[in-house]
Amino acid sequence: MKSAVRDAGLSALVALGLFAPLIGLVTENGDHGLELRGRPLAAAAVVVLVFLGRLLMLTRAAHIAPPVVSGPSPAMVRAGRALAPALLVFALVLPFGGSRYYVDLATLVLTYIMLGWGLNVVVGLAGLLDLGYVAFYAVGAYSYALLAVNFGLGFWSCLPLAGILAAFWGVLLGFPVLRLRGDYLAIVTLAFGEIIRIVLNNWVSLTNGPNGITGIPRPTLFGLRFSMDGGEGTFAGFFNMEPETIQRVIFLYYVILGLALLTNWFTLRLRRTPLGRAWEALREDETACRSLGINVTNTKLTAFAIGAMFGGFAGAFFATRQAFISPESFTFIESATVLAIVVLGGLGSQLGVALAAIVMVGGLELLRAFLSFLADQMGSPIFAGIANELPLYRMLIFGLALVVVMVLRPRGMVSTRTPTVLLVARGQG
Amino acid sequence: MAYALQQLINGITLGMIYGLIAVGYTMVYGIIGMINFAHGDIFMIGAFLSLIALLGLASLGITAVPIALALTLIFAAALAALYGWTVERVAYRPLRGSFRLAPLISAIGMSITLQNFVQVSQGARVKPMEALIPGGFQIMEADGFAVRLSAMQIMIVVTTLCVLAIFTWLVTRTPLGRRMRACEQDLRMASLLGIDTDLTISVTFIIGAALAAVAGLLFLLYYGAIDFFIGFIAGVKAFTAAVLGGIGSLPGAVLGGLLIGLIEVFWSAYFSVEYKDVAAFSILIVALIFLPTGILGRAEVEKV
Repeated sequence: MKSAVRDAGLSALVALGLFAPLIGLVTENGDHGLELRGRPLAAAAVVVLVFLGRLLMLTRAAHIAPPVVSGPSPAMVRAGRALAPALLVFALVLPFGGSRYYVDLATLVLTYIMLGWGLNVVVGLAGLLDLGYVAFYAVGAYSYALLAVNFGLGFWSCLPLAGILAAFWGVLLGFPVLRLRGDYLAIVTLAFGEIIRIVLNNWVSLTNGPNGITGIPRPTLFGLRFSMDGGEGTFAGFFNMEPETIQRVIFLYYVILGLALLTNWFTLRLRRTPLGRAWEALREDETACRSLGINVTNTKLTAFAIGAMFGGFAGAFFATRQAFISPESFTFIESATVLAIVVLGGLGSQLGVALAAIVMVGGLELLRAFLSFLADQMGSPIFAGIANELPLYRMLIFGLALVVVMVLRPRGMVSTRTPTVLLVARGQG
Repeated sequence: MAYALQQLINGITLGMIYGLIAVGYTMVYGIIGMINFAHGDIFMIGAFLSLIALLGLASLGITAVPIALALTLIFAAALAALYGWTVERVAYRPLRGSFRLAPLISAIGMSITLQNFVQVSQGARVKPMEALIPGGFQIMEADGFAVRLSAMQIMIVVTTLCVLAIFTWLVTRTPLGRRMRACEQDLRMASLLGIDTDLTISVTFIIGAALAAVAGLLFLLYYGAIDFFIGFIAGVKAFTAAVLGGIGSLPGAVLGGLLIGLIEVFWSAYFSVEYKDVAAFSILIVALIFLPTGILGRAEVEKV
């Protein structure tokens, strides 16, 4: 106990050094240049938190034996099997029970689930760390936006084109760089993502630069438009309904649900092909893979291209949903968010990615909404303050989560990263 | 001609700053073979610590520029070193021997964390600062263009050379440096010979972070404005410098930094300012494909 207190004291001392200047003193842009303002209470609170947290960690670790690493219990396995169909049913009926706010939020979450599943092919299955995934998202979004605005093409004819173009860019980038080692590959993809964004920002004659592209057309349902006039050729007019915005919102929700499920189905099927097996083998050991005669470059290239293609689909959907895109939406933060979802989901687990996206994107937004609801009800400025500040802390939480998951559960929250094939069946070997 | 000379001076100044950051990347890569993704953000934290120290010293009434700068340098380097040590201890040490991508993902998480921590605690707005060291002199004038060498640029080059001299002495002449070089050659063999490898790795992170903090102070003085995002771009460029010079090679990092600084400045002067980052990033890609060992690096042999 005594050594634990001493250790926690040392941690608190380090925390004091780390946080006293950066939290305790804040630089503010005042009237006469920068001013320094003291914030000793906040710094002291963080130091005390570090002390208590460390103390708790040490005393708990002393009392409780480290958990025995074992597979999930049978009850958990049954619950896990039921979870995916339950989620699917919930997703299918959600628009009929929820208000517009929830449908919009669910659409956002599904976009991230789709991006996560797309990146999962690259990172989770093939083991290639791609830090520039947002570049393919941007290629898809700009492909659709430019084709639709300049040539009047519709969403459904552009969707495959957006995917193919994104896949093409994936091959173009992948061909020279896939010979590189894992961490070099990561930084090259990061550089590529930034290059795409800078070019989109500065090639004003094509992309309208930072002002973005406006007036991107919405998708149609078998040619039926979702416009408010309710006349011939519109959804409301065809079914003799009152035209309402919620119809379009729900339609968009089902479009992304369909796209995401397509991604999932495609990936699950691919995993059972020789190509999918080669990806998993590549992830586990590249040298062994090469020795067995697998063409490593082609295998990596297909993973890259297929991941990019799904990114392109998601990008086209993003463009049509927002009706406006600008380079602002395609920063490194987006790549980092999607990567965080894939890592938290367990690098290779489809269900894990979905859960991670629901918790990290939907959960935080619901927490914010709940806090501002509480603030309204009770008239409490503290809750309102937290609710306003919460989006700022989003990326901080993501970053910390990446570190914590790697340190505590390197295989992710839902650890189902098992190889699809085994030489000896489990339990007999 | 005069214009080109001016760009040469500016490029060397910028290159010195990149070189200081690149040394941190190359040292860590040399010893544990990972890209310390959070290093650029340590540089950014160094710049913020310097800004806070300068403002604090001014409010305490210490306005003599040499004293204030020296105190700021020590303060920023010491606390940034503490950050470097903590990052290694918290995010990288528990992951030795984990699967291949784990340390890299953890490093990316740390980078995002540090960046957003500063954004939340210090605000997202650009922090401007008036020039501390004014003045300079004119070297020559030709074709109606005056080539200027500012006192600030002299200070940056002199400080960098002094810091690098101390650092070189540390690595090549002291027992500590010998331990570091031993770990760089073969980590497991070094530990078998009784070297405390964990301690040596910690010291590597501490030294790298202190150098990055010096770069942060110089960046703050040179540009007079910082924000929480400067570490990202500067980090990628410094990493490019380390790769270009040959990762693992300390003189190579400084050489690569100078090259990147010169390329960036000349590209901005003669082609386009908007695409200067594209130039630096393209060099990274080209260098990795065609010159993966860099200028002064040695070929990596893959052992199974």
